[in-house]
Amino acid sequence: MARNIIRTSGLSKTYVIGEVEVHALRKVDINIDQGEFVAIMGASGSGKSTLMNLIGCLDKPTSGEYYIDGQDTSKFSPNQYASIRNQKIGFVFQGFNLLSRTTALENVELPLLYDRTHGIKDPVEKAKKALERIGLGDRMHHIPSQLSGGQQQRVAIARALVNEPALILADEPTGNLDSRTSVEVFSVFQELNEEGITIILVTHERDFALFAKRIIELRDGKVTKDFAIKNRLDAKEELKKLKEDSVLQGQED
Amino acid sequence: MQVKNIIKVALRSIMKSRMRSLLTALGIIIGVAAVVVMVAIGDGAQKQVEDQISSLGSNLIVITPGASASGGVNRGMGSFNRFTFDDVQKIKDEATLITGVTPIVRSGGQVIGGIGNWFTQIQGVSPDYLEIRSWKLKSGEFFTERDVLARSKVCVLGSEVAKNLFPDDDPIGQQIRIRNVPFKIIGVLSEKGQTSVGTSNDDIILAPSRTVHERLSGGRFISSIQVSAVSPAQIPKAKEELRKIMREAHKLTQGEEDDFTIQDQADLATAATETSKILTILLGSVAGVSLIVGGIGIMNIMLVSVTERTREIGIRLSIGARSSDILIQFLTEAVVLSLAGGILGVSLSFGVSYLLNNYTSQAANIQPEIIFLAFSFAGAIGIFFGFYPARKASKLNPIDALRYE
Repeated sequence: MARNIIRTSGLSKTYVIGEVEVHALRKVDINIDQGEFVAIMGASGSGKSTLMNLIGCLDKPTSGEYYIDGQDTSKFSPNQYASIRNQKIGFVFQGFNLLSRTTALENVELPLLYDRTHGIKDPVEKAKKALERIGLGDRMHHIPSQLSGGQQQRVAIARALVNEPALILADEPTGNLDSRTSVEVFSVFQELNEEGITIILVTHERDFALFAKRIIELRDGKVTKDFAIKNRLDAKEELKKLKEDSVLQGQED
Repeated sequence: MQVKNIIKVALRSIMKSRMRSLLTALGIIIGVAAVVVMVAIGDGAQKQVEDQISSLGSNLIVITPGASASGGVNRGMGSFNRFTFDDVQKIKDEATLITGVTPIVRSGGQVIGGIGNWFTQIQGVSPDYLEIRSWKLKSGEFFTERDVLARSKVCVLGSEVAKNLFPDDDPIGQQIRIRNVPFKIIGVLSEKGQTSVGTSNDDIILAPSRTVHERLSGGRFISSIQVSAVSPAQIPKAKEELRKIMREAHKLTQGEEDDFTIQDQADLATAATETSKILTILLGSVAGVSLIVGGIGIMNIMLVSVTERTREIGIRLSIGARSSDILIQFLTEAVVLSLAGGILGVSLSFGVSYLLNNYTSQAANIQPEIIFLAFSFAGAIGIFFGFYPARKASKLNPIDALRYE
């Protein structure tokens, strides 16, 4: 049986805004195993951002249990949360969230600098490897403003990978990218997933969710659907199609 | 997170925005430089005073009218002028532990002669004066006891006066008129340099005491009497002897207080250094205020920078930084900035004191302790004023910080 990466039971989150209680998440039970590629879907207000924050150990649940890689997080201190974020989770955000005026290499190196447990001897070397793995070996010393959106997001993926996390948590990773670059980014995700890395994708676009293997749909803070995708899209083939289309268009012009 | 990594991260942040960093450090640079230079000036002044006093002549004893400040009703220094030539004569006749005595009769005025005119002070003294003040003649000769008794109208010029009135030719043998009284120049003094208050010692004319007394000062009393003891070791005994003679001369009965003050160099030095110490403290504290203002500048910029870098903090938190990592990073940035400011400030102060020492008459003396003090003060200011912004940064919630636009 595959290693369990995420297990929640009765996970709830309630925000109190003034005197009104907002139940953002109501008793959510999810199991995600190693090697899965899960898309969490839902309209805005469905609670998917809250779920992502909880899975990402950025926030604490109001009630319920959350195990990550077998560890119960409910009794964790803020510092332990930080360690989990550092060791177990790689974040990829919609807005890339790279440090500006900082080279790609330094951005990727950053999580290693906050690593307390491994005492990494050569963070620069490790960061280089992560960038090469993602195909950006020749852009290491560029700062984000010198990189295209797709390249920036790949730097962010390299940063998420560099600590060899249990899962990559991608929050609308292609929200700021055009469709072609988005597909390119998904092909990176699919490749990483092939290599055995667990990926959780948060998105509201069904087209992109189809690159995953499984979809969890949320509505009003509850899981309404949870199913495996039958005709999964292959990002590489989609890319090929896009290229052919543009060639055809070029011929028509 | 290792210390090495924290410093690495903080240095990267500083280098990423050099202009902001420089401006932040500028307050500290100026503050530290101000403190070091001010204290160096105070110190230099103190040293000048000490040099000055030792240049007066090491055996010098000065008797001034008026009681010293100790005990009873104080009539005030010099408020009651009671010295006469009889006092001087009595000291000369009776004192055994002295090598010379001179009255000082002060006067001043416009001097006409040579190429123009010059305002200066005229002191009436005895022939012993040169020896008492360990002063030498550059040329010519000094007047004698006979000149004093004869009220001869002869004078000796200080080098400053000679330079101004006779820039090209030899003043000896020439006539000058002091307040319309013609005097013959018989000598020129060697250069002595500055006094403790920054005026020139050499801006002076010496003439026989009785001549000045009767012709120029209008018969006023003698302003002070200067005596030289036979040796520095004999100064205390000489002072005691002089006190006895003066009390006798002024017919003071037992129980009556002295109506004069006898001071040797040590007394003068104490008084003068006390003054310049106060000056040093005053200058130093004014400059210290600017250092604190510099610290507030750091706090201000750091606070702005925390807001500006909210997103960066969010990113750092999301990839696993602990809030203590953020706290230490911001604190390190503040301390590095203020220490760098300290280093630049100290270098700047060396530059300024070099200029002062070489291009002005103001001496500046930088002591190692003050560098150390200013430096550690700068570091402390970094920690003190950096702490609040750093704490604010470390308390940010990662979710809010990540969403911050």
